[in-house]
Amino acid sequence: MAEYLVLIYEDEAGWEQGGAEAWAQGMKDHMAFGEANGAAIKGGNALQPTGTATSIRSNGTVVTDGPFAETKEALGGYYLIEAPDLDAAIAIAKQVPHRFGGVEVRPVMVFDQS
Amino acid sequence: MPPHHGSAAVATALADAHRREWAFVLAATVRVTRDLDLAEECVQDAYAKALTAWATDGIPERPGAWLTTTARRRALDQLRRADTARRLLPLLLDDDVEPGPEVTEQAGPVADDRLRLIFTCCHPALNPDAQVALTLRLLCGLSTADTARAFLVSEPTMAARITRAKKKITGARIPYRVPQAGDIRERVAGVCEVVHLLFTTGHTAPVGDALVRRELTERALDLARLLRTLLPDDADVAGLLALLLLTDARRATRTDAEGRLLLLADQDRTAWDRAAIDEGLALVRFALAGRPTGRYTLMAAIAAVHDAAAHWEVTDWARIVGLYDTLHAVWPSPVVALNRAVAIGFADGPAAGLDAVDALADEPQLAGYGYLAAARADFLRRLERIAEARRAYREALALTSNLTERQFLEERLAGLPGG
Repeated sequence: MAEYLVLIYEDEAGWEQGGAEAWAQGMKDHMAFGEANGAAIKGGNALQPTGTATSIRSNGTVVTDGPFAETKEALGGYYLIEAPDLDAAIAIAKQVPHRFGGVEVRPVMVFDQS
Repeated sequence: MPPHHGSAAVATALADAHRREWAFVLAATVRVTRDLDLAEECVQDAYAKALTAWATDGIPERPGAWLTTTARRRALDQLRRADTARRLLPLLLDDDVEPGPEVTEQAGPVADDRLRLIFTCCHPALNPDAQVALTLRLLCGLSTADTARAFLVSEPTMAARITRAKKKITGARIPYRVPQAGDIRERVAGVCEVVHLLFTTGHTAPVGDALVRRELTERALDLARLLRTLLPDDADVAGLLALLLLTDARRATRTDAEGRLLLLADQDRTAWDRAAIDEGLALVRFALAGRPTGRYTLMAAIAAVHDAAAHWEVTDWARIVGLYDTLHAVWPSPVVALNRAVAIGFADGPAAGLDAVDALADEPQLAGYGYLAAARADFLRRLERIAEARRAYREALALTSNLTERQFLEERLAGLPGG
């Protein structure tokens, strides 16, 4: 088994324009995803919009307002999942709700303890 | 006394075994090593050993089995002696089963290992360039230098591409496995795409003076045949093999004795490879029964209409236009649209063809595509709009780097009245 982080990138404007209906639907979709894949999900969170982000660069001396990279689709949440291989991880990641964007699958680095 | 073989016979047998057995030997060895690099090393070593062993002991009856046994033995040796560093390397993910029986026959359960290797090399999580590179390297046994030459990149660039892809396979845990039933059609489509790309790269080299890079087209045909053997019920695979056969059947007549490009209209159809055409036609029939009809099957069906016409004049253009319509529905690419426009020009005359081509003038993907200008030039020439034809030929020339194709366009330009 291995762990993968599924990063959800979406256009924040989609959520803003979608209003309460989009939020309710999003909540329902994520609940359904959680129920269907409960055993594989090790964790996950939704993030507040990039408007709340602060970035720190150049050895921690420069603090700036905003996300690290300005992109149309911004990181808005993630799931930490467990899967035997990439094919299985992709099968789960495809079910992660992402109506205003997409998801990225990244294997978690394993450090040998021996 | 074992039969003695001259070095020439051994070299021939070895070259043959390299082409026919490489994928088989490597795939079976990967099952033991679960490490692509180590497996490659062991297989290379087995081929090197064969050179001397076959010269003294004779060429084995089943070279593939000999090579596999030798490579696997070396792999087991290496693994036994492996230092901690190697044991800590991430291993290729395999189903947790025994690495297959000792190889005594060419067919049997190990044949599947080649499928595992194919699906791993052509995994959609790998960059398309890397899929092609890995396929040439691991399935065809091409050296990094040859792979680099085939794709017109430097050897270090190709080496880096292959290393990066191998790292991703282990790092992201791309499994060494045949995909599950639900994914198989999509995954087979990905494999077909890689093989088709190999073929087209060899068929019309984008740059350079040899129109057909035989090595690549032959490897692509070998791979398509291998896929057909391993996935005999797959209509898309049959369609792909049909397409390659029906296109390659005309290889000998694509250029004249001086290496100049010959259009389909001017080719000597008696010199086409009848056996390849017959095989291709039978495959098209099989593939067309599959639903939904795939992209390669439709392309093969178009090639089949050409190959079935005894003369250019009797080509069934209406049928070709119809097939392009269907193809465009499943594969809406601007290049398909352009080919369809050209077919309309032959079905309904150059004025209709020119209209159809001009309708694509604003297609961004066709901007800078020499064939669009060449098609326009040809229709304008047939409509005797000479000044416009001349401009279009010059535009096509500016966009074409293949020497054979350039020569053709230059001759057409020079042949215009008042030229």
